[in-house]
Amino acid sequence: MIELEGDIQPVGELFQSPDVNAAREFFRQKSRAMVDKRMSVREAVERFIHDGDYIATGGFGSVRFSSAVLHEIVRTRKRNLGFSGHSTTHDFQILAAGHVIDRCDIAYVVGLEIRGLSPNGRRFMESGAVRTTEWSNAGLGWRYKAAAMGVPFLPARVMLGSDTLRYSAGRLIEDPFTGQKLLAVPALYPDVGIIHVHQADIYGNAQIDGTSIVDLDLAKASKRLIVTTERMVETEEFRRDPRKTSIPYWQVDAVCHVPFGSYPGNMPFEYFSDERHLAEWVEVEQDEARFAAFLDKFIYGADNFETYLALAAGEQRLAELRSLEILKRS
Amino acid sequence: MVTVDARYSLVELMICAAARQLEDNKTAVIGTGAPLAAAMLAQKTTAPNLVILFEAGAMAPILERLPISVSGSETQTRALVHGSMDEVMETCQRGLVDYTFLGGAQIDMYGNLNSTMIGGDYHRPKVRLPGSGGANDLASLCWKTMATMQHDVRRFVPKVDFITSPGYLTGPGAREAAGLPPGTGPYKVISTLGVMGFDPLSKRMQVESLHPGVTREDIAAATGFEMLFAARLEVTPEPTDEQLEILRTQVDPQGMILGKPERRKAG
Repeated sequence: MIELEGDIQPVGELFQSPDVNAAREFFRQKSRAMVDKRMSVREAVERFIHDGDYIATGGFGSVRFSSAVLHEIVRTRKRNLGFSGHSTTHDFQILAAGHVIDRCDIAYVVGLEIRGLSPNGRRFMESGAVRTTEWSNAGLGWRYKAAAMGVPFLPARVMLGSDTLRYSAGRLIEDPFTGQKLLAVPALYPDVGIIHVHQADIYGNAQIDGTSIVDLDLAKASKRLIVTTERMVETEEFRRDPRKTSIPYWQVDAVCHVPFGSYPGNMPFEYFSDERHLAEWVEVEQDEARFAAFLDKFIYGADNFETYLALAAGEQRLAELRSLEILKRS
Repeated sequence: MVTVDARYSLVELMICAAARQLEDNKTAVIGTGAPLAAAMLAQKTTAPNLVILFEAGAMAPILERLPISVSGSETQTRALVHGSMDEVMETCQRGLVDYTFLGGAQIDMYGNLNSTMIGGDYHRPKVRLPGSGGANDLASLCWKTMATMQHDVRRFVPKVDFITSPGYLTGPGAREAAGLPPGTGPYKVISTLGVMGFDPLSKRMQVESLHPGVTREDIAAATGFEMLFAARLEVTPEPTDEQLEILRTQVDPQGMILGKPERRKAG
């Protein structure tokens, strides 16, 4: 590694090892068996997410994110999780509500895009309870990509010169061909990836419609992968048209059938976000006692995600969200 | 201090000024909020072939509804590509993206933007803000970076608490020395008081146009650093009736950015 004089030396903590050989050994052991991986969200979380694990969510904050799995993580009071805050919004809001994380790679957390900032997310992050390292969206996305490629880092031209670099765990390197200064972003292998998809078969072949954000690389980088899906389909769907296979089954550990599994978020081609419920969530976060009661009602007191759906939305509202969706299948 | 024509609000003036910066047949990655309203307005008026890209992966959509999230369904209507974030960011890194439009909590005279934290100690922030998101990437890689900001001394500061996204860093040559692609950097800042550019030699922010009713003194008083003024100072053109009509009825009929119709006149 070349130490470049006068440059920013990043001081951030590296939470996950970018050791590609260790990752290869892990993947060597990972089962390739084409077996039925259907299970409940409860079972998936119990089997694959352990206290202390480093987890990463797919989608983009409140769009095509796996709400059900995040609720279950909070409901079962997981502890000391690491988290990749890649363009997160409501997904981070749920994890912050449960105080389940203690370290976080940040590209975007606490913010809710046009919906403002999460008051509880801010309190949690300002409390000092979470160790943090900064990245950019591309930087963190390319960390998944390096892992997906099986290389220990990727060179990039972002974050240079900024405090985002200073508080990252990247390294400055020199291009051996041209001498150009570059940022090396280390491969990120999450212990568990959590991705919501449009349809999947019982083995885990999965289809994502619309933009895929960073999920194709995240699916490859994750040591264990939980897929929740709007619909179950036959494997023949994928064999007939392999363009539909966004994620092949051998990367997947659990398949959970969760209709409206991105609620209250948006699921492109399926349903729009429930802005009323999302606004209520932000509003109620302003008061800690009221928020605690809110969580008791919607997460801790609910048996499962289906109960939450019934409590927060109900059939009529869910139907309305379907009609509010702007992307239609041709 | 600022008198705004009763025909339009300050937000509408800013959106129209921002829309004017987006040329037809160019590419732009647009962030959520007012910049998006500007891009949508431009696409419906002066720049029908503006290629809008969203960092979550939608490329060249024809926008029908103002997006709440830069990844939502509204960003993907009639798009040519439903791609991925790495594809969009790599398109920027390859040099194919002309504009980006950002916001932030603080900006300094070199256009450095802070959207990460307020306070003196990174590990114990007074206010934790979202962080870079895609902003650092876009400010690093797109040819011309623009920002919209509320104009006051808390936001236009001598030194940002945290450089989330690079402007000209410490001045001329600093971006290149840091390894950032040559020829990139801040281009315009559209604030609630005026439109600023950057002096080509010193790379410092300078006012190019004052919004109607705003004086040099107003801007100087609302800026925490020494603001430069262009030799020929213009007045920001007012929104046309056509722009306002499209903005209110087609771009943001729900008032997500413009505010509710009854409050619009408050400016």
